[in-house]
Amino acid sequence: MNEETFRFSKSNRTLIAVLIIIPMVLLFIGVYGGLMQTLFRAGIIQSDPFVGGDYYKGLTFHGVLNAIVFTTFFAVAFANALIPYSLKKALNSKVAWTAGILMLVGSVMAAIMTLIGEATVLYTFYPPLKAHPLFYIGLTLLVVGSWVASANWVPMYLAWRKENPGKKTPMAVVGLFTTFIVWFIATLAVAVEILFMLLPWSLGLIDEINVMLARTLFWFFGHPLVYFWLLPAYVMYYVFLPKISGGKLYSDMAGRLVFMMFIVFSVPVGTHHQYMDPAISSQWKLLHGIFTFAVALPSLITAFTLAASLEYSGKKNGGKGLFGWMWKLPYFDKEKWFFAYMITGLLIFIFGGIGGIINASYQMNTIVHNTAWVPGHFHLTVAGPVMLAFLGGSLYLISQFMNKEVRLKAWALFSPYVYTIGLLIMSYGLKIGGLMGMPRRTNTGASYANPDSILFQADWMIYINLTVVGGVIMFVGIVMYITSFFTTVFSKSKEGEAEITFPISEPLHDEPATWLRNFKPYIVIAIILIVLSYTPVIYDVLQATYGGSLPYSPDSPVPLR
Amino acid sequence: MDKSEKLALTLSGALLVVFFGAIMYAAMAKNIDVPTCITDMDPFTTDTLFQTGPDSYELQMVARMWAFQPSTVRLPVGSTVDLYVTSQDIIHGFKIEQHNVNLMAIPGAINYMRVTFNKPGEFLFACHEFCGAAHHTMAGRFIIEEGGS
Repeated sequence: MNEETFRFSKSNRTLIAVLIIIPMVLLFIGVYGGLMQTLFRAGIIQSDPFVGGDYYKGLTFHGVLNAIVFTTFFAVAFANALIPYSLKKALNSKVAWTAGILMLVGSVMAAIMTLIGEATVLYTFYPPLKAHPLFYIGLTLLVVGSWVASANWVPMYLAWRKENPGKKTPMAVVGLFTTFIVWFIATLAVAVEILFMLLPWSLGLIDEINVMLARTLFWFFGHPLVYFWLLPAYVMYYVFLPKISGGKLYSDMAGRLVFMMFIVFSVPVGTHHQYMDPAISSQWKLLHGIFTFAVALPSLITAFTLAASLEYSGKKNGGKGLFGWMWKLPYFDKEKWFFAYMITGLLIFIFGGIGGIINASYQMNTIVHNTAWVPGHFHLTVAGPVMLAFLGGSLYLISQFMNKEVRLKAWALFSPYVYTIGLLIMSYGLKIGGLMGMPRRTNTGASYANPDSILFQADWMIYINLTVVGGVIMFVGIVMYITSFFTTVFSKSKEGEAEITFPISEPLHDEPATWLRNFKPYIVIAIILIVLSYTPVIYDVLQATYGGSLPYSPDSPVPLR
Repeated sequence: MDKSEKLALTLSGALLVVFFGAIMYAAMAKNIDVPTCITDMDPFTTDTLFQTGPDSYELQMVARMWAFQPSTVRLPVGSTVDLYVTSQDIIHGFKIEQHNVNLMAIPGAINYMRVTFNKPGEFLFACHEFCGAAHHTMAGRFIIEEGGS
């Protein structure tokens, strides 16, 4: 293989390594929290050395560190690596470091506030539960840092377009710009929520807050957030996976169409998280439901395109017949350990996608809303394909940018399989428990799963116990990964200066697709849809709510002021 | 775009249209809907249950840290209840076991759903939104009794 290589400055290489290693430590704290939660929920432990008896503190740092901090860092580090590589342009080191430091300072602030128990508000931080102002400031710095990082890529792209008239933008760049366009639009709403509502209210500058409005702004952000998680994984699936499996991307145009559809439909869907909320008319909830179905389409196209690409690879590797190609993919090739992280993610995403369509299905949401089904679902998405792709990506980036050979390859290779088995068991337990009425975000071990409690639910126990079995297996998978990751980090570097390379796939079918070459029209359509879908929702919320809410601590039913 | 790709795209679209048709059918023909925006109800701070017809009741429920008021509701089989819910402090929520009722209780807003209890039994509703230290103890029951009343 003679891949194209690109040299990054030493400062940029160090930055990318830092942006991967520090969040990996935070991720592991969060993963430990996840394991403890399964034990708490089953009543196996009543306290752990890290959070004491406070299940909800553990749940907050599990969510914040794994779903918000780790993912944001990875997306930025990944784009910092792949955009300069694809455009063959140097990254502005000063801007990139400024962004990285803002994100690090913010994350550490939010993490400390959570760990000392000043922000037990879970990762959705719904008011009127109040966190310490530094928690909100920390999250703001994390977001602002990611904005600064993405602003850094824009002039690179514009310069590239000027120098390469008529040339197609590399798929990786299209995907990563899509990721950050969605992120930018989405974070505007949460910025308004934090800067104009939560932060001044937490500081005592304003007394009361409109809870429904804050919640609605949160979900304006909260659903596109899941595409911000998913899209970097899609970039790996479209750009790396076909090449690694030994073939080509089935259709270049499909990939570009998928990314543009995400720009259009990612945002005007947030109210599907609020189907069971008051103060929003059902017809607007239905409208958001329709758009949610629209945003399922690019994932269905992706399922086809990736399967077709893998079929092409399998047949090229010697697979015969209708299904023979399936057995000719590098599932257990140690040198292609990265493949394992993507194929397991895709398998999991079949279930994640089906669950997502169920959740989005308007009145069917009545059965699942806020039950254990929901964490069962999103562990099959953000803790499935997203997490696995990001872990694989992190190991790849660290080996490239620190110029190391990946160590303990067999551990790295089998980690995603072990993790997947655990995840499927755990999510099954959560989902079936949820259908029976088991609530999410609840320390069931202290009530519903405690035989001495009057609330004891004997028929939930088997499903709660399944989550323990699954959770322990998932933890083993992550320990295998972390061992390989840090052994690699602390191993001796290879000789010579690092030359960065990525496995970039070529297209099998390549069409001009001129109508998919410009982001602008799709951004404009997205803005129009957002205005149309959110104006009536905000109007309803403002006219149907009354009074404001004083801040509360999770420990007392009496307001703090 | 090649032929198989077009076919996949069409089938995907068709699948979503079928799903969406099912939703519309349930909403229109079966009248199964999600909560909507309520503006014709005065805010309430205490719980009340009263009969509005032979088999129909209105229940105004208040959620607070860490109890539902009322927490036990006894009704005869066949009762239809207009259920209004609000919160006195922070966000709560519940789903009634084996029934199509799932409501967020949010301060500053009133949520509503109509439910009919067609079979006898005890139906748990557990608070399903994190509401502080004793969230996991916040629950209640509908006790639906056979005939007699």
